[in-house]
Amino acid sequence: MAAISLRRLGKRFGAVAAVQELTLDIHDREFFVLLGPTGAGKTTTLRCIAGLERPDQGEIHIAGDRVDDWSAAQRDVALVFQQYSLYPNYTVRENLAFPLRSKLRRFSAQQIDERVRKAAATVRIDHLLDRRTDRLSGGEMQRVSIGRAIVREPRLFLMDEPLSNLDAKLRELLRAELKGLQQRLGTTLIFVTHDQVEAMSMGDRIGVLDGGQLVQVGTPAQIYNAPANAFVASFVGSPAINLLDVQVDLAQGRVHGGSLAFALDAATQETLAPLLPADGRVRLGIRPEDIALVGEAGIPGSIYGAENHGAEIIAVVEAGGHHLRATVPAKTPTALNQPVRIAFAQPRLHFFDPLSGRNLRPI
Amino acid sequence: MADIQIIDADKYFGSNHVIRKLNLHIRHGEFVVLLGPSGCGKTTTLRALAGLESIDAGEIRIGDRRVDHLPPQQRDTAFVFQLYSLYPHLSAFDNIAFPLRAAGVPDAQVREQVGAVARVLRIEHLLKKRPSALAGGDMQRVTIGRALVRRPSAMLMDEPIGALDAKLREQMRTELRRLHVDNDSTTVYVTHDQVEAMAMADKIGIMNDGVLQQYDNPDTVYDEPANLFVAQFVGSPIMNVADCRCELADDHVRVRLPGLAEPFVLREPALRQQLQAAPAAAQDLALGIRPEAVGVQLQPSPGLVRAEVELVEPLGAYDIVDIAVGEQSLRARTPSQLIRSQGQAVWLRLDGARTHFFDKRSGRSLRAAA
Repeated sequence: MAAISLRRLGKRFGAVAAVQELTLDIHDREFFVLLGPTGAGKTTTLRCIAGLERPDQGEIHIAGDRVDDWSAAQRDVALVFQQYSLYPNYTVRENLAFPLRSKLRRFSAQQIDERVRKAAATVRIDHLLDRRTDRLSGGEMQRVSIGRAIVREPRLFLMDEPLSNLDAKLRELLRAELKGLQQRLGTTLIFVTHDQVEAMSMGDRIGVLDGGQLVQVGTPAQIYNAPANAFVASFVGSPAINLLDVQVDLAQGRVHGGSLAFALDAATQETLAPLLPADGRVRLGIRPEDIALVGEAGIPGSIYGAENHGAEIIAVVEAGGHHLRATVPAKTPTALNQPVRIAFAQPRLHFFDPLSGRNLRPI
Repeated sequence: MADIQIIDADKYFGSNHVIRKLNLHIRHGEFVVLLGPSGCGKTTTLRALAGLESIDAGEIRIGDRRVDHLPPQQRDTAFVFQLYSLYPHLSAFDNIAFPLRAAGVPDAQVREQVGAVARVLRIEHLLKKRPSALAGGDMQRVTIGRALVRRPSAMLMDEPIGALDAKLREQMRTELRRLHVDNDSTTVYVTHDQVEAMAMADKIGIMNDGVLQQYDNPDTVYDEPANLFVAQFVGSPIMNVADCRCELADDHVRVRLPGLAEPFVLREPALRQQLQAAPAAAQDLALGIRPEAVGVQLQPSPGLVRAEVELVEPLGAYDIVDIAVGEQSLRARTPSQLIRSQGQAVWLRLDGARTHFFDKRSGRSLRAAA
């Protein structure tokens, strides 16, 4: 059992507040992702949990124990970094066995051998056990690093961008492998990344960090469909959500932004009425898949650009002075400058406060 | 008005055969992307076009001139590298003007041509700034401006936006494509990123180990890959490839996957013809199918094959689901939150029109052979 609880965690580096008042509960057996841009505080948070960094304030609990004063070794966690940090002159077998040879652990040679075999099979490197690690590809090296973390059977895995150095295809493969592995082992895993695809595809829950503060915690679906603010909305999702500053005129039931204008349906007007600021100014968020090319009735525009993605086309539509990205079916005609009309899936529109960015209508 | 032709070109680095009998015809006005993993020969090909590398055999023609013996400056091409390679002590204006002044173009005409390029690239307000004061995307625009200003007959670009962050790359893809169209340029563009290639190209030339694997428009490369390498290099998530055995019946094909009790039944006559035409290969086949062509239903129905969900990867707009089929697994693209849990039973069908068979020994698609 290794639930983790952070209470009002704070860490400064000189004048920079790397982590501020961070309170977070991570459940036992959970795959939890800390997501954010460079400098958001996610690695610092991970290093505090690992015992590699001492927080200035707050509490860290692992499995019910307050561990702030425990050394990294006492915390029984295993770390995997972006850099492989393997011993280059040793074989895969020796690298895997290394964490078990510590005098403190008192494993017999036979026990070590068994555990190494089991870990190697789990990360599918059994055929590489006698190879030197400097003869391995990037993907194989990262599998060995993960194998070395699981061989100890720790109660918690901490991983800091472990897939970032790998090429796109291998990342796609290892994402699924790592998620499957965590589910089989049932060990709590905290995974740090700046890549929203990794966060969405692997995490049971995601904690989004920005400027040292926790902005939102939720399942991938919650984060994507009900972002707490415009930052989360634009950080998660690819192609990125379209954001435009508009004016809502509820009396007319219309939205204006530059020379773009459209009518709000009755249901959207009704939900928006109690939430709208007095001046009617909001930042409108529309996901690309919620914009459709339609016939006569839509908002007029023209094709500014179009990207073939095989399974679909991402069209850039110029409408009323805005460039909007729209996901349209493969083979849709999208010649440059071709006139089109677009419509929005209104129940899925997001409205943000233009100053604070706060979502006015969390779904 | 210049077509570019590479005819039977070979290039060695020592004993390393980096370009093998390459033939490529790039028509005037086309945006051609050379795509492949590192070491495949794409950059060497581009450098050979520019005259930065010689070729050991074959010909390169631009328009009606044979250019493979000409130095770079006589080939009328312009090269944009991944690194910005601007002069740090010169303003953006002077950087763009540099090639014109070097060629002795009079001042008034320099101002006019730089102004025109800056308008197209939307960097008019940045012309007085030095490179160090510019953001990454703006610097790359200036670099492109410097290449464009001479109005070369071909623009050659080597991963020009590889160093930019993801958001900016997305933006620059659209801008570069528009620029190409607005300028009526001929562009040859090198990248290892299949998303870039699909998004920008009129035609993609996919290379591996110095050999051109396929040269076609993006839809054809995606829908009709010539071989397993192309099939798995282009497209994300990657195309499913699974071992299979095929049985031909009167009006359908049964596709059996090892360890899976029921076969998939495909009724496309074209598939039957392909398999009939390749009897020798029929024993050693790989099934190829893109995740969006794997149909997933939550209820049994005649002709569907029962399978079990292994893993769900939500991506927001849709989910990618790993489904166990006998000893192997297939990835399917499903609507967001359709699949609720692992271990859940689902029923599958394969879209026959988007099903591929590959000869495992040669890697070739049976479609290409037919």
